[in-house]
Amino acid sequence: MFSTYPGQAVIDHPVSAPIEHRFDPYVDNGGTLLSIAGNDFCVVAADTRQSEGYSINSRYVPKSVKLSDKTVISMGGCYADCLTLTKRIQQSMEWYHHAHGKVMSTAAVAQMLSIMLYQKRFFPFYSWCILGGLDEEGKGAVYTYDPVGSYERETCRCAGSASSLIQPFLDNQINFKNQESRQRTLTKDEVLRITKDSFTSATERDIYTGDYLEIFVITNTGVEVQKIDLKKD
Amino acid sequence: MDHFPTNWGNPRSEDVDSYNTYPISSHIGKVPHSVTQIAGYGHTTGHPTSHTLQPVVTGTSVLGIKFKGGVMMAADNLASYGSLARFRDVERLHQVADFTVLGASGDISDYQYVKHLIDSQMIKEYNADDGHTLATPNIYEYLWRVMYNRRSKMNPLWNTFVLGGVHQGKSFLGAIDLKGTPYQAPSIATGFGSHLAQPILRKELETRGGEDNITEEQAVEILKKSMKVLWYRDARSMNKFQLAKITAEGVTISEPMSVETEWAFAEKIRGYGA
Repeated sequence: MFSTYPGQAVIDHPVSAPIEHRFDPYVDNGGTLLSIAGNDFCVVAADTRQSEGYSINSRYVPKSVKLSDKTVISMGGCYADCLTLTKRIQQSMEWYHHAHGKVMSTAAVAQMLSIMLYQKRFFPFYSWCILGGLDEEGKGAVYTYDPVGSYERETCRCAGSASSLIQPFLDNQINFKNQESRQRTLTKDEVLRITKDSFTSATERDIYTGDYLEIFVITNTGVEVQKIDLKKD
Repeated sequence: MDHFPTNWGNPRSEDVDSYNTYPISSHIGKVPHSVTQIAGYGHTTGHPTSHTLQPVVTGTSVLGIKFKGGVMMAADNLASYGSLARFRDVERLHQVADFTVLGASGDISDYQYVKHLIDSQMIKEYNADDGHTLATPNIYEYLWRVMYNRRSKMNPLWNTFVLGGVHQGKSFLGAIDLKGTPYQAPSIATGFGSHLAQPILRKELETRGGEDNITEEQAVEILKKSMKVLWYRDARSMNKFQLAKITAEGVTISEPMSVETEWAFAEKIRGYGA
């Protein structure tokens, strides 16, 4: 977690453990998200469980939102911050549409999101963002962020509570790390299979991941959504 | 150097609470008393504006479950002052619109403030007389923004709210907590109820095959059973509660009721000092 926001300060008590005197505005609502870019498609997937501590608030609270026919955003972390940030993006995209008479490109949304996150550098949105979509050439694009806006374009990324379980698997199966001789580009069906396997496996070990898996497949014909069952325990 | 602040002297005696040793607000001496008395300028005594860092008078769990054609909610009538059962006839379910009920757990004064905010907003919308009114999802969004903005000011409203309603033929059940976390689900239970009642509500929904297979009468029975479990085990609860029903016909909030309980087993419990 953070140690930089105002309010984290704890005061040492001479006789017992430190007592927190200030309100902690953040909560980790868990959940896992993932995005993989292909040659002419992009897959964005996330589970739909919302947790608070050991309790499940709801089994279906979507983490991904379609922003346009070419762009999907997915966020995990503090759900209140994530939803606020999503609404800000949607608002700005609408203003952009009215001002310029065209829909924002994936690259433009990507840079805007970085700026929006950095604007709150000293009281950050606790949100792990992954932006998936198609670039101007129709190629799959994945942009990943940290909570203060550092971002990078990649081919594949997993974030959220089970990221440490899934990311090494993706490094091996998507980017072919440590098996360079097998390097090739994957088809959409292969990517979907790896995505589903990643989440069913993560659900076994991560208590914050489960209930449903919602997958957004972005191609030049638009965005297709599928909902798949995960274990509910 | 005299290190005791009360011996440093008072710049304006009316700005200082002589029984308070420290801290003394930093703007004392710089700002005239007449200015500090303007509403919104912190406190007239010159102390810093205080934030709710803990709830004082509190309400315990609020329950909600969807059934075929509507939503049923339950909350008891107790407002506790710590472990003291302070106020025993408090209504924690409030009708805010034709098809919307707000239920509150947590700090009662913060709840009364939010109730005032929403009621004022509803009056404002009514006065516009434009044929529109706020529906359940609109009130939910408003409530979420209020809660999120207060947590962002590090001055939260210490509640978990449950909003139940019916909108465009579909039932709505959502919750928002003091950190502005919103979520919707077929069943919701706040506070102690999230541990004791939510598993009961979820099991009922699951074994009956979802909210469309639960009748109004069954919803009442499920909530009464859950309230009984809470009364047995939640020490801040009371066996006097109300139910709220929201359907396409409108809202009905019941008179306070209670459930039959059986305490004979308590005789046989050993090992807790008895």
